[in-house]
Amino acid sequence: MPSTGYLLGALTVILVVTFGLRALPFAFVAPVRSSSLLRFLGAHMPVGIMVILTVYTLAGTPLTVAGAAPAAAALAASIGLHLWRSHALVSIIGGTGLYVLLVQLWG
Amino acid sequence: MAVGFGLFPLGLAFGVLLSQSGLAWWWAPVFSMMIYAGSLEFLAIGLLLAITPLAQVALTAFMVNFRHVFYALSFPLHKVRGPLARTYSMYALTDESYAVTATRPEAELTGGRVLGIQMFCQLYWVGGGLAGALVGLAIPGRVEGLDFALTALFAVLAVDAFRVRRDIPTPVLALACAIGALFVPSGAFLVVAMGAFTVVLLARYGVRRTRLRRSAPRVRPSTQDAGSPDGPDARKGDA
Repeated sequence: MPSTGYLLGALTVILVVTFGLRALPFAFVAPVRSSSLLRFLGAHMPVGIMVILTVYTLAGTPLTVAGAAPAAAALAASIGLHLWRSHALVSIIGGTGLYVLLVQLWG
Repeated sequence: MAVGFGLFPLGLAFGVLLSQSGLAWWWAPVFSMMIYAGSLEFLAIGLLLAITPLAQVALTAFMVNFRHVFYALSFPLHKVRGPLARTYSMYALTDESYAVTATRPEAELTGGRVLGIQMFCQLYWVGGGLAGALVGLAIPGRVEGLDFALTALFAVLAVDAFRVRRDIPTPVLALACAIGALFVPSGAFLVVAMGAFTVVLLARYGVRRTRLRRSAPRVRPSTQDAGSPDGPDARKGDA
């Protein structure tokens, strides 16, 4: 278990970085608005970052049928539900519920 | 006030995950106050439990929250008066508070309204996290597989982000970077994957720019339909 000092240090780092990203642009609104590179990155980064984070959260999954099949099925369920209903909570709870159920059955 | 109520169940999930990860329940409000950025907060549980080096934590926070840079372009901060209120307003500029203010008519938004929306959002989020942490304590043992909620959250956010542009190459390139990074034998998956993705995006931007430059002179003389929807309208000025 990490020490309290490390946890507070890491949380402070995150606080400073996040606040900087939210606050600094207000000081530079005009130049940021006119930068076509920043606009391109702003339009294309979110989807890619979210794809990478999805893979990251699955990186520890063992590549066996018992490990990968529940994850693959639940991921398909979440994405399918979201494409169908567009309701974030329904998609998240549906996918997670299916995963918990499948892991229980396989285990 | 119903605004931002969707944050409560998500906060609840965060709290349950946090207390099931072995951290003391009171870390939930500390996390929610200090990070206050939903997806990063979920991610932070795993990162911090693995005692990830601070530089890597900073880089991850930067990449995950980079999108917030663009909220400054249209968020009505100018209506909020006083340095303290403005500081809070910038600190609490989350996806949700941005989305709520962005969908309201400009005239309806006073400084007090903007602050009120942001405070309610945070109240729901922190309250949900606290409630979830206590629920997590009450559940006997561990519910196996609950952490899949994080995977589902990112997949849902990816679908939402995709819907904005419906651009296929970018998510495919990101997936390739992520899968490639899985094979790089280092503990820094996120840094490798996001770094590679950024380089690929910059390259794509460069290619697109030079292609536009080259095609611009050919497009101009034959302006049969000037209002062509495929035309590089945004870039006409700098060709």
